[in-house]
Amino acid sequence: MTISLVDAETLLAVDIGAVNTRAFLFDVAEGQYRFVAVGMAPTTASAPYKDVYEGVRLAVERLQEITGRTLLGEDEQLIVPALPDGSGADALALTLSAGPPLHAVAIGLLDDVSLESARHLLDATYASVAEAVGLNDRRRADAQIDAILRVRPDLIVVAGGTDGGATRSIIKLLEIVGLAAYLLPPERKPEVLFAGNAAMEAKVRSTLENLATVHTAANIRPAFDLEDLGPAQVAAREIYTRVRTRQLGGLQMLAAHSGGRLMPTCDAFGRMIRFISQLYDPAKGVLGVDLGASSTTLAAGFAGRLTMSVLHPFGIGEGLRGVIKEVPIAEISRWLPMHVSDDVVLDYAMHKSLYPASLPVTLEDLAIEQALAREVIRLASKWSARNNGRDVFFPEGGLAKICEPIIASGAVLAQAPTVGQSLIMLLDGLQPIGITTFVLDQNGLTAALGATAELNALLPVQILETGAYLNLGTVISPVSPAHYGTPILRMKVTHESGEENRIEVRQGTLGVVPLPVGHKAKLTLEPLHRTDVGFGRAGKGGTVRVVGGALGLVVDARGRPIQLPADASRRREMIKKWQWALGG
Amino acid sequence: MQAPVTHILPLTTIRRERLLPAAGRVVVRAGQKVEALDVVAEGSLEGGHVLLDVRRGLGISAEQADEIIERKIGEEISQGDVIAGPVGLIPRVIRAPKDGRIVAIGGGQVLLETQDGLLELRAGIPGTVVDLVPDRGAVIEGTGALIQAVWGNGHMDVGMLTVLLEQPTDELTVDRVDVSLRGAVVLGGYCGQADVLQTAAELPLRGLILASLAGALAPLAARLPIPIVVLEGFGRIPMNPQAYKILTTNDKREVTVNAEPMDAMRGTRPEVIIPLPATSKPPLPRDTDIFAPGQTVRILRAPYAGMTGKIISLKSGLASFPGGNFPAAMVELEGGEQTAVPLANMEIIA
Repeated sequence: MTISLVDAETLLAVDIGAVNTRAFLFDVAEGQYRFVAVGMAPTTASAPYKDVYEGVRLAVERLQEITGRTLLGEDEQLIVPALPDGSGADALALTLSAGPPLHAVAIGLLDDVSLESARHLLDATYASVAEAVGLNDRRRADAQIDAILRVRPDLIVVAGGTDGGATRSIIKLLEIVGLAAYLLPPERKPEVLFAGNAAMEAKVRSTLENLATVHTAANIRPAFDLEDLGPAQVAAREIYTRVRTRQLGGLQMLAAHSGGRLMPTCDAFGRMIRFISQLYDPAKGVLGVDLGASSTTLAAGFAGRLTMSVLHPFGIGEGLRGVIKEVPIAEISRWLPMHVSDDVVLDYAMHKSLYPASLPVTLEDLAIEQALAREVIRLASKWSARNNGRDVFFPEGGLAKICEPIIASGAVLAQAPTVGQSLIMLLDGLQPIGITTFVLDQNGLTAALGATAELNALLPVQILETGAYLNLGTVISPVSPAHYGTPILRMKVTHESGEENRIEVRQGTLGVVPLPVGHKAKLTLEPLHRTDVGFGRAGKGGTVRVVGGALGLVVDARGRPIQLPADASRRREMIKKWQWALGG
Repeated sequence: MQAPVTHILPLTTIRRERLLPAAGRVVVRAGQKVEALDVVAEGSLEGGHVLLDVRRGLGISAEQADEIIERKIGEEISQGDVIAGPVGLIPRVIRAPKDGRIVAIGGGQVLLETQDGLLELRAGIPGTVVDLVPDRGAVIEGTGALIQAVWGNGHMDVGMLTVLLEQPTDELTVDRVDVSLRGAVVLGGYCGQADVLQTAAELPLRGLILASLAGALAPLAARLPIPIVVLEGFGRIPMNPQAYKILTTNDKREVTVNAEPMDAMRGTRPEVIIPLPATSKPPLPRDTDIFAPGQTVRILRAPYAGMTGKIISLKSGLASFPGGNFPAAMVELEGGEQTAVPLANMEIIA
């Protein structure tokens, strides 16, 4: 018997990541949910274990050591639901990102319509689009079949036809899919998700159901100029968990323990961001950044509407293989505060991809890793701008919309020796505009909370209000056409005590105004020289209430995009100076 | 804490399962002795497909086409064989454009699977076939020295080991790679020059075992037709003392270089095997372990990358490093120096 999450008092959430497995315990104390602790162990999805449960067991064992609670039985199985003696947890929620991305094929009619939407759908989950076939594909039918076979797809997404629109062209594409599925060995039969013209659903089933596992969802392109990924994303999530449950040892048993509450980590992360976006200022969005070892997720929520991009293989471990193919090494090394040759930076990235769990020990390694993190975030935003996040990011990378808060997850951010280092990686990678707050998910909780949010809205809300997240600070990022060194903004900070600070901000600077954690202040901004501080237009000022974070108020007037000096030694001095401005 | 394990062993039992990617024919029998390059199973290399549109080719309906297609699914066809027809006053036929096998017929179309040749699965290690996997392959067991690597370019060969490094820190330079080495497996240190790899392939060598490789050379190394394995990783990293000792003391012995790429999910990784006789069968190496005092470890990251040592103690809580605070162990390095090393930066040598 499983207990509904709504009734659960003690909740165990387990995130099985590419490198580490984390077990989180949430409990009720004095009528409020609180985050108790996290236990961590290496993920055991790959050889020699090939069973994710081993990593889960060890993470929960660690959690037991930390909390003194009994969560595993004598048979080393999770105790879910809790027993009358208090051992165990009332409910279990699971999130998963371990394993390679699903090999996917996108099928659609027109390249920049349904095929593009099929790609967008796949870009929002752990899938890599290895092949695409459209109506304008000039290859012979047999060449298209061979192309699909070479991918050995886990998932084929078929889109096309507005509702009530084309049918014959879709049938032609279905024949290609059917033949490819027929030729794949029985153990490799793909999952096919049809999300096209709704009138074709029965035809799709009759054509493919003996050849593949067929799933259908509402049309992702119901009209020529309308994209609706929502229902298909739910289906894609179910397919992902279904494929993974088949591929990864131990997962089926865990999923059963959780009452089927198994979600891809990216979806759970996105769900939490969407949820938070419903709680905050609807005029602004909420951005989530999850910088993982194999992939990076960017999720932007606007009053409950979610935009997701999952960048694979772009991460700070194994995903570095993808990063160095996309980013010139000089763009990574430009962020280093000391001289390191491009060859050494490349060696570092490739070596780290061999040992994704390994950690930077020396200052040089730390600087390279943090430079890589900046570029992974920038690359993710650039990539997202071309796909699902085209309204959120600039094509050359960086945030195009004001989002507040910006919630950041990922070991490289959470494990940075100082909070200033965490923040500057985010500032350089995202280059936000206007006024925002950066929140560090130092325990990697966001996806776990997202996995519970739909069924128990109380838990994430109450956890957000506790100290489980670290408010890094409020960041003001004025954008100005003024020259370097020109005053662009006058700021007045009025503290609750009545004390006032007046600051004149110059173009090209990065500075901190002390405001202790939790302290409130009134911030009055008077932009100069047509500077835009996010009040709707250049030159417009205003007053906002702000809350202090670990770094207080941060004023990032370095311009957008940040222009680094061409001269290497000047650039390094500048990077050091900025780092020191945020406390080193 | 669980620990990753790397096998660097002077004498061990090595057991490897070798499987075709799809069903094929197993050509060895249980108990048979095999060499590393012997074929244990054969399968068809995946060819392409040719879709023959009989309906359109003969200008008839799909139903009519299905009626005149004279072949059956599974039938082997040679190039030029008639697939359908003749029809019409001036008889027209559809012929097979290539050799192949018919895999589907319907809707007036015939799908022909062509074959690109034979996939030969080799034993990979010298030893005895201890088990057969029907239609897929075999399990082979042998004894010898085993050195696992971290990067390989996908090739495999056997040759006489020639040691070209005097110190674990040496760099292999092109002047050391001359024609006298043709057919040998060369043990080098760090490789930072493209001409070393190019010369090695031109001679050709039978294999190249490197301590480390410049990251920029990985694409070139991946393209070359000779097996290349990297023991430590990318960047200038010395060869770990255990591997150095085993390999240099087996100079002029026959070695197998299996540069199979590392695949964590499948559990494959590149390796060097030196077949050695054993009076009694040594135990199989353990694949899993936990960090504990007394264990020999290899350090993966700067400032001690490529060094080995013994764990003295596991530190309680987190240890502080310039790069952050991490779970760690005190390790006595080969030279006697003691230092804290993050657990995440070590592998157990077993």
